[in-house]
Amino acid sequence: MATQHSRSAARFMMAPAVILLLGWMLVPLTMTVWFSFTRYLPMRGDSIERGLEWVGFENYVRFIGSSSFWPSVQATLVIVGGVLAITVVLGVLLAILLDQPFWGQGIVRILVIAPFFVMPTVSALVWKNMMMDPVNGMLAHLWRFFGATPVSWLSEASVQSIILIVSWQWLPFATLILLTAIQSLDSEQLEAAEMDGAPVLSRFWHIVLPHLGRAITIVILIQTIFLLSIFAEIFVTTGGSFGTRTLTYLIFQRVVDSQNIGLGSAGGVYAIILANIVAIFLMRIVGKNLDK
Amino acid sequence: MARAVSTRRKIATTALAWAIGLLIFFPIFWTILTSFKTEAQAIANPPLFWGFDFTLENYAVVQERSNYMRFLWNSVIIAGGSTLLGIVIAVPAAWSMAFVPSRRTKDILLWMLSTKMLPAVGVLYPISLIFVQFGLLDTRGGLIVVLMFINLPIIVWMLYTYFREIPGEILEAARMDGAGLKEEILYVLTPMAIPGIASTILLNFILAWNEAFWTLNLTAASAAPLTAFIASYSSPEGLFFAKLSAASTMAIAPILILGWFSQKQLVRGLTFGAVK
Repeated sequence: MATQHSRSAARFMMAPAVILLLGWMLVPLTMTVWFSFTRYLPMRGDSIERGLEWVGFENYVRFIGSSSFWPSVQATLVIVGGVLAITVVLGVLLAILLDQPFWGQGIVRILVIAPFFVMPTVSALVWKNMMMDPVNGMLAHLWRFFGATPVSWLSEASVQSIILIVSWQWLPFATLILLTAIQSLDSEQLEAAEMDGAPVLSRFWHIVLPHLGRAITIVILIQTIFLLSIFAEIFVTTGGSFGTRTLTYLIFQRVVDSQNIGLGSAGGVYAIILANIVAIFLMRIVGKNLDK
Repeated sequence: MARAVSTRRKIATTALAWAIGLLIFFPIFWTILTSFKTEAQAIANPPLFWGFDFTLENYAVVQERSNYMRFLWNSVIIAGGSTLLGIVIAVPAAWSMAFVPSRRTKDILLWMLSTKMLPAVGVLYPISLIFVQFGLLDTRGGLIVVLMFINLPIIVWMLYTYFREIPGEILEAARMDGAGLKEEILYVLTPMAIPGIASTILLNFILAWNEAFWTLNLTAASAAPLTAFIASYSSPEGLFFAKLSAASTMAIAPILILGWFSQKQLVRGLTFGAVK
């Protein structure tokens, strides 16, 4: 249907977005890869103008060999895994609940979704002070009320605290997407199963859960990509101490605090590879959906 | 046919759903409530849910001491500017991909999505170097450009999914009636595309408003938006519960209100059309 003329017009209209994004991707990426193979310590006078000393794979070896690398991988996996488990499980349950008829559905939905719109620095600070402060936080009040000793959450249970804060931010996202998916479930199928006397649990297991399979996969993939790079939540709460230094935060510290650009860039390349492994799976699903 | 639900079951569901909803919302509620207390009452033990002296003083102090309005203005300019710039660049691209698709359209869309997945920390230093080189550090212009790039893939995707829903037959009908390309765009397509464009603007404004990696790392004083303003309260000397609450309330209130309008767009925008 499209003519030759409209095709070239289309290409012309697409050009700015494609060229700009290409530049945005390639220029910084090339620089990071380049830096990662050099000795680059701006504090000691290294600069691009004076020429950077090529050191091969030294930074890559040192980044992995450093004593903080494996703990940071562990922290990343625990935090991402913990948040995923909590948000997906609670998200499914909450979506099923919100799909039931009850009074005030609209308002409850708003209450549940609200945390997603709170900026990360605010949610981190609100949780750190208003909720988790060992003296005046709400949890401390609650603990005292039940006669327990208040916990200083962010130092004694730091990783769990970060997981809690981030889960609170992302639970609305999981719930909303799963709710959208549940609403597309054919209710006649459920009714038929109910009439046949299938118990609630088996209806959930054999009808609802398989139907949600794709939505759950998408929630997991998208959240993983965002969770791998959480930053503000750690920046304003623990600053990476007490075992909350994730891979992203470790790279941030290498680049900004210790100003070791070569080493930080090598870490950055690792992070980019890691994110891309997850991204490939997400793209497959999204791509399949495009063909429909 | 709607399933018949017993009233008793509905009451139970209502109670449970409200309890969970209020529990999830509690940190936000508590922050807003505390922002109207005096500092002494904010840390009262046991905590005060009612019976405190309602005061607006914290809001006045926050504005006075840290010039809240300036950060707010920076947030508005940066989030608004990056979104509009993104729209200007994305509309033609999404348009052509939706109406004149080629064999490569799918690959281009997926590639755009992949740029979104580049971890920011991996390119932090190159970007700051470029910023220093061009004098963009701590400027609103610089942040507008960066946030535009961050959200451009989402903007293109959202617009693409909206435009694809506009039936092509309408265009053909308009052409039959003798409409030229200009009339076609102005009178037929634009009115149909506006709701989609508005939703895209809304969601991306929110995303840009809340962005907290680049805004924290590329600003110091003059271009700092609300994300950075709030982060400055994490230092111990800034630790006053009532004032922190007032500052937080002011930072999130505009976006909470906008956010409630954008629930539907959220699903579409952040799942790239994979969940509808």
